[in-house]
Amino acid sequence: MTWRDTIRTATEAVRTHRLRSALTMLGILIGITAVVLTVGLGAGAKAKVQDQINELGTNVLVVSPGSSTSTSGTRGGFGSASTLTRQDAAALSSPVTAPDVQTAAPASTTSAALRAGSTNWTTTLTGTTPAWSEVRSRGVSTGRFITADDEANAAPVVVLGPDTVTQLFGGNPNAVGQTVSYNGVSLQVVGVLDSLSSSENASNNDLAVVPLSAYQQRLVGGANRNSVSSIYVKARSSGRLSAAYQEANALLLNTHRVTNPRNADFSIATQQSILQAATSVDNTLTVMLAGIAVIALLVGGIGVMNIMLVSVAERTREIGVRKAVGARPGVIRRQFLVEASVLGLAGGALGLLAGLLGAVVIPLFSDSRVDLSLIAMVGSLAVAIAVGIAFGVYPASRAARLAPIDALRSE
Amino acid sequence: MSPEAEAATTLTAVPTAAAEPDEPRAAPPVIELVDVGKVYKTGELEVVALQAVSLRIDENELLAITGPSGSGKSTLMHIIGCLDVPTSGVYRLAGHDVQSLDEAVLAGVRNLAIGFVFQQFNLLPYLSAWRNIELPLVYSGIPPDERRARALAALERVGLSDRADHRPGELSGGQQQRVAIARAVVTEPALVLADEPTGNLDSNSSADVLRLLAELNGEGRTIVIITHERDIAALARRIVTMRDGEIEAANEPGARPARDLTMTEPTP
Repeated sequence: MTWRDTIRTATEAVRTHRLRSALTMLGILIGITAVVLTVGLGAGAKAKVQDQINELGTNVLVVSPGSSTSTSGTRGGFGSASTLTRQDAAALSSPVTAPDVQTAAPASTTSAALRAGSTNWTTTLTGTTPAWSEVRSRGVSTGRFITADDEANAAPVVVLGPDTVTQLFGGNPNAVGQTVSYNGVSLQVVGVLDSLSSSENASNNDLAVVPLSAYQQRLVGGANRNSVSSIYVKARSSGRLSAAYQEANALLLNTHRVTNPRNADFSIATQQSILQAATSVDNTLTVMLAGIAVIALLVGGIGVMNIMLVSVAERTREIGVRKAVGARPGVIRRQFLVEASVLGLAGGALGLLAGLLGAVVIPLFSDSRVDLSLIAMVGSLAVAIAVGIAFGVYPASRAARLAPIDALRSE
Repeated sequence: MSPEAEAATTLTAVPTAAAEPDEPRAAPPVIELVDVGKVYKTGELEVVALQAVSLRIDENELLAITGPSGSGKSTLMHIIGCLDVPTSGVYRLAGHDVQSLDEAVLAGVRNLAIGFVFQQFNLLPYLSAWRNIELPLVYSGIPPDERRARALAALERVGLSDRADHRPGELSGGQQQRVAIARAVVTEPALVLADEPTGNLDSNSSADVLRLLAELNGEGRTIVIITHERDIAALARRIVTMRDGEIEAANEPGARPARDLTMTEPTP
């Protein structure tokens, strides 16, 4: 018997027993759909976080004040006066002390209510240096970014995010040249940042950037006019990121006069480490859901075995007839195996379709994102067929072992 | 060629071959049973279906096996047809000891050398008439085009060409049995075994079926019919009567003239 005949016989048997086949496939279908969607949702959540972190810029290290480790004794943690200063940022920018660092931008942020005419809008106010644009890979769509002159003179100028412009000036495209005020200080709008279209994080398009000097001297102030809330460090290339990390770490330990690295009063995060921290919860959840999905698939597989056993029992006479006209045991075994894998394959294919449908529908009803993974789809289809075969082996060999006359005699 | 197919071919070649001039001895009989016994075990209970049956069936015989229910005639036929194996004694088919052959080889023998006609027809309900007939050819690896041609030819021979695409459920009992006969002969086997072939049929259909079987015998095939109807048995050249798992009476091979029956039309 050729493979073509075997497959035809199997599909005929599946078609003949429609309801039974449909119920069997349903088990596999649910399993596959569950696998595809849970893996897709997990990947989607991860990709979302990844995008947000990539929006920091490329090859960026983030230096935060305070310490992530604790030792004996009392120490100033995050929240009191920041341990980072603009001098730290200047030292990190120096090609002599940190050759692998392209540039570094100190930044301080606060929530601020800006006013334009009679319109109020609360946004994130960031005080930083001109290097910010380069580090964060953000340009302006109109006007200009803050310059070294602005920074030197603590100029009352502001660069707004595109969403902020929409909120403050409505449809008016000529925001540049207008004035906004914060705490009674008038700020001239000199530029509008280009939009991060892929961003789902609103704060990337809704922000106001002012020179750090103006932020510290004119707008916000604070206990220490030199301190900043973070420093963004850009490495020269992704290959030199870890060298830049070492240099920044050594430099800051040195300038802060910390001898034991365990007592460092700052911490440096890479995009990778931020990503890991952010996605570890997602990963746990994904693994758990995928585990449930695999169990669903297994249950579907046991369903296939159950149906195949019933099928063998119900079709004993057919097996007898086939044996009487010359079907060898191996051929009977193959027929039932192919039948089981046809069920697995068909159920798997339908499950993939349902998964694809889910990937389209779910984002319409929630803000979850489903990133379909080709590996998960191909893999789960392979598992579906494997499940069909694995759980078909026992019924198939039972059918094959039947003595022809016993099979013929059964009712 | 696989070993199974080879063995099957050897088995079919010998009985169909004409006299072999090179062979000094006479060709072995098609079927030879020596003290064949069959005991079924159901738990502690042992049921003796066949005692010690010895029987020889030669090429081109038309043999009827009769006897009351439970006399072991069906068991005998199943053993002859390689559907069952004896628990004692020796069964030689074309000189081969059947017990020494494994199930795969026996499947090949059933496929090529033996055709079965059952009382219950045993057609697959979800396949059309010609698809049922081509089934043995599927298992002998014949390509699809040839299968269809041969199945349709077999169907024409039993007079049902216009029913090729009908399923068994759409055919009368007599038509179903003719389809079953077409299936039995589509591989051109040397031996056709019919187990109560007319048991479920009216007298007209029975006559058709018996005429077909007689025609097959006329073509040189060995036919063994199991029946408990005396008048059907009377058509055979040779009658074996069974009782309680033993042969009660049998006339010798060739007791009647060979061409006698095939020239005679069965009673309508």
